[in-house]
Order: sequence, then C-alpha cells, then structure tokens
Amino acid sequence: MAFIEVENLEKVYSDGAVETPALRGVSFAIREGEFVAIMGPSGSGKSTLLHILGFLDRPTRGTYHFGGKTIDDWTDGELARIRNKKMGFVFQSFSLLPRTTTLDNVKLPLLYSSVHSSHHDELARRAIEAVGLAHRLNHEPSQLSGGERQRVAIARALVNDPDIIFADEPTGNLDSKSGQTIMEIIQRLNEKEGRTVILITHETYTAEHAQRIIHLRDGTIESDIPVHHRHEAKNHFIK
Amino acid sequence: MTLHDYAKTSFAGIRSNKSRSALTILGIVIGIAAIILIMSVGKGAENLILEEVRGLGSRTIIVEPGREPRGPSDFGEIFTNSLRSRDVEALRNPSYVQGLKELTPAVAGAVTVSYGSETKRTNFRGSTELIAKILELYPSEGSFFEEEDVKSLAPVAVIGADVKKELFGSSDAAGQKIKIEGRLFRVVGVLPSKGKASFIDIDDMVFIPYTTAQKYLLGINYFHAIIVQAETEKIVDRVARDIELTLRETHNISDPDKDDFHVMTQADMVKRIGTISKILSVLLISIAAISLVVGGIGIMNIMLVAVTERTQEIGLRKAVGATDKNILIQFLLEATFLTAIGGLAGVILGTALAFAAAVILSRTISLNWGFSFPVSAAFLGIGVAACIGLIFGLYPARRAALKNPIEALRHE
Repeated sequence: MAFIEVENLEKVYSDGAVETPALRGVSFAIREGEFVAIMGPSGSGKSTLLHILGFLDRPTRGTYHFGGKTIDDWTDGELARIRNKKMGFVFQSFSLLPRTTTLDNVKLPLLYSSVHSSHHDELARRAIEAVGLAHRLNHEPSQLSGGERQRVAIARALVNDPDIIFADEPTGNLDSKSGQTIMEIIQRLNEKEGRTVILITHETYTAEHAQRIIHLRDGTIESDIPVHHRHEAKNHFIK
Repeated sequence: MTLHDYAKTSFAGIRSNKSRSALTILGIVIGIAAIILIMSVGKGAENLILEEVRGLGSRTIIVEPGREPRGPSDFGEIFTNSLRSRDVEALRNPSYVQGLKELTPAVAGAVTVSYGSETKRTNFRGSTELIAKILELYPSEGSFFEEEDVKSLAPVAVIGADVKKELFGSSDAAGQKIKIEGRLFRVVGVLPSKGKASFIDIDDMVFIPYTTAQKYLLGINYFHAIIVQAETEKIVDRVARDIELTLRETHNISDPDKDDFHVMTQADMVKRIGTISKILSVLLISIAAISLVVGGIGIMNIMLVAVTERTQEIGLRKAVGATDKNILIQFLLEATFLTAIGGLAGVILGTALAFAAAVILSRTISLNWGFSFPVSAAFLGIGVAACIGLIFGLYPARRAALKNPIEALRHE
C-alpha cells in the first residue's frame, strides 16, 4: 500500500459568490521513502496540493489516504498530532520565531508533542548537529545567514523524527551555494535516513534532485515522470 | 504542552514588546491603584470615626427627635421638636427606666463669642452639669458649671482650649466675662486641649447650661437630644429598650413605625457608620471599576493587534502541530499575565499612595490617621485584574486560535 494516495482531489476556494478552483481532480500515489518534486508555474495549484498533503487544509472533494487511512476519519486535533509527530515542514521564508535562539526555535515542535520536556534539549541539539549548526546554538535568526536560517528550519522539521518532509521552495530565497547545501541535506534525509520527501519548486534544476517529478498546470497533472539523470547535490557546483 | 511551556511562551510574547505591554496595562494599574487607595483610606477614615464613637463611651445612649431616617426622602423626619421636659422627667423615673446612671438634655448651635476686641465663631453645647461626667471633661482652670447654674439659667460658660487661646491668648480666662451672641457670660472653667483627634471638636466648643441656651440663645423649649449613661455596659440594650417604651407611652404612640424619636446606642452608631462607609466604598469602587473596564478594552485592542502581527507565528505553530486549543490558551494566558502584572503594579502603587495619604493626613491636620494595608483588597485587586485579562483576552485569543494556518503562513 502506498504511503500517500490521493484520488480525484479537488479544491475550490470560494470568496462569497466567486468560486476559484485550485485543484481539479488530481490523483497519484507516493511510496514510503520516495523523493518527489512537484513543479508548476505559480497558480498551478502546487502550494494548495502541499497544504492538503500536509494536513494544513482539507480537500473540497476527492479522497486522501495517509498511511493507509482516510483523513476524513480524523478530527482537527488528531491531524495536528499527526502533523506534529510524522511530518516536518520547511518553508521558503524559513518562518523562524524572531528574537528566539536556534535551540528554542528547533524545540518548538516538541512543545506540542508528548515528549517529556527533560528530553527537549537533547533532541534539539541532535537535530541541530545533523544540519551542522552546533556552533550557532544560541544565535538568534537575525544573527544567522539565509542558508543557516534554512538549516535551522530543517533541524526544526527533523526534531520529532518525522516520516515525511514537506519542503516548499526551500531554496527560493537563497544564493546558489546555500541552496546547494540545503539540497544536499534534503537528499541525505531521503537516501541515508529513508524519509519520504515532497519538494515544491518551480526550478527544473532543483526538481531534478528528486526521483520523480509531478508537473502541475491549472490544477491538473500535466505529467508524472521519473528523473533519469538525478543531480547529486554533493557532487555539483550549481549553475 | 505543560503549564511551564505555556508560561514561558506567554512571557516571551509580553517581553518582546515591553513598552507597548507597559502602556497597555496602564489603565489596569490606575484602576487597581484607585481601588486599593479607596479601600485603604476608607478603612482609615472608618477606624478614626469608630474610635470617636467609642470615645463617647460604650454606656452612652443618645435619644434624638424624629424617627430614624430610612432614606433621603425621609430625612425631614429628623427635624422635629418632640423631645421635651416631660420626657426627661419620665426617663428619670426608675420605675420606667432601670439602670440609668446619668441623663442630660442637650441642645446645640453655632454662635459668635467675643472678648474685648477678639471674636470667634464656634459651636456651643447646652446641657446639665452631668455632661462633664459622661464625656469625662475635667477643666484645667476653674471648674465645670453646677446644678445650681442649670436651675437658675445662669449665664456661665466652660470653654474649650482653642476658644480660650483665641480670645485670651496666654492670660487667665476663668472669672472673665465674654459675650456670646452679644450676651454676657462668665467663664467658669477652661478645658484642657484634647487634640484635634475629634469630630466632636471639644477644643473648639463652649459648654453652657441647657436652660440658659434654650432661653437666651435659641428661644426654644424642646431638646436636640437627650444623652443617657447606663450603669453598666451589659444593660445598655435593656436601658435603650426601656427608654423607647417610656417615650412611646409619654408620646401616646402605639405603632413603633410612627415613632417621633429614635434611640441610639454606641453599638447602633458603630453599625450605622459601618453601613455608610460600605455604601461610600461601593460607590467609589464602582467609579474605579470603570477605569478597569476601559483598561480591559485597551487590552483587547492591543491583543487583537498582536494577533494580527503574529499571524505568521500562529501559522507556524499550527504547522508544527499546535492545536487550536494550544493557541487559544497561549494568547489567553498572555493577556492574563499582562493584566495580572498590571494588577500587581496597581496594588503596589495604591498601597504607596495610601501610605503617603496616611502620613500627609496625620501631619497636616494632626489627625490620628492609621495606615492599614488591605490584604484582602490586594489579593482581590490582582485577581480582578487577571479576570479582566481572561475576559477581554478571550475574543482576541479565539481569533488567533481559529486562524487558518495557510493564510497565516502566507501572511508576510
């Protein structure tokens, strides 16, 4: 059984009388441990899809099975718990809490978990070491470079040891060298640690780090093909 | 999420904008400070008045004309002339009232007194010589007037320390002739200063026989009061009861609701003062409460701004697993902590002001004004402030909790 399976997924945003379809019947399946990139121009519905896959939004129509179960059976509270335990998010704009140290930013998901607070520091430190920022433990976001901020965000996504990572344009605000470092970390999370990764991007080059690319256009799947010549971030000087 | 985590998160929210947080709670600080000040100063005033009443002696009973007023519209009932000599005669009769030790009719008024070129506006009390025993007045110069003076309508006066000082300076007053309302009186005694710790200001007063006062100063044949002293404290209530029954008989009253007099013991007066001070406190505190409501609205306003400003933070927290409830509690606690801090600051400020007021009142008008720290009011103040945070924080916190995480994340 697929880890993630969506069928005829539709999402319509309605603003009073005006209805705007964002997704018009999307179907695909993703195996556990797969690295999938979702591509498409802006307005193609890729962010909407990511939000639905990440339980941040519910579909208007269609089915979504996560880990073999339909999400319709879960309450918002249960979805929040799964999001906390099994999912990690990385955003284009990093979304770190200002005036908050690296350590405390990374600990944030643990506040909402069932992990006892005596383990929080240890878990956060381990996640920060994994992204190579042990020397920036007590720095605030304003004291960090863009690449370092995104690495803090990845550490935060990792701290609860999630099964799946959602990365929404993670390199979009970074220079190419920092972007390369981020992609290297993401590839490692997938290959070495076996985590499922769903990456959203509008850059073909970035998308080609994945095993498979789903192209969206106007809310439907234009193509869904495997990547034959994958980029290995650690071997390349980008662009 | 543990309470400790919530507290840490909420305090971080407050700390991140210190000056705005401080300004926000100013209304709460002022409101709570005002309440503490009112309660403390009110308590001080009440204690002072009660001390005065107790100074009258626990055996003292006062009979006044008119029935006890039951409300503002009833006030006119006091001004009647129902107490007369026959009442005094009846009350003196042991077969009517048992255990009565002393009794004196009393009249009062304001007069101008003069000696030579010195004149002074003051109050007088007309009574029998027994008032000296009841109020424990012992002249430091000369002696109190006597029974004979009362009987003969003698123009004699015992003057308080302030009156003596203003008219005579440091020279002797006893034996001198003064003019009261243009009529000559002989000063027979001067009272030592009791200090101004008195609402019945003995120092600024002239005591004369009531008969003299009735005839020459007031031109009346009734009394403003009858002052009675019971033999012991234990029987005060029974004596008061006997007085009521006796006066009802002499006034031909069968229905107690139609009484044209009322009898007050010291306990009654203490009770009445307690009631008055309570009404006043409630009134003043209601005014202060308005400031708390205004402060609460300020809190709500600022929390709404904070919720909008921190939309992204809310979205992020939800993305990493915070439930609506987590967010609700976080913002509610933030508002509650904020107002509780305001409450604490208000208690400290109010206590400081009350202490300053006590010191100033004691120094400037040399009243024996005691400072009392209202412990219960302090807890109440902080509690009320926290409740305001809870109430006015609820709406902004709900707004935060119900924010759509996607829109929240998109917000930049």
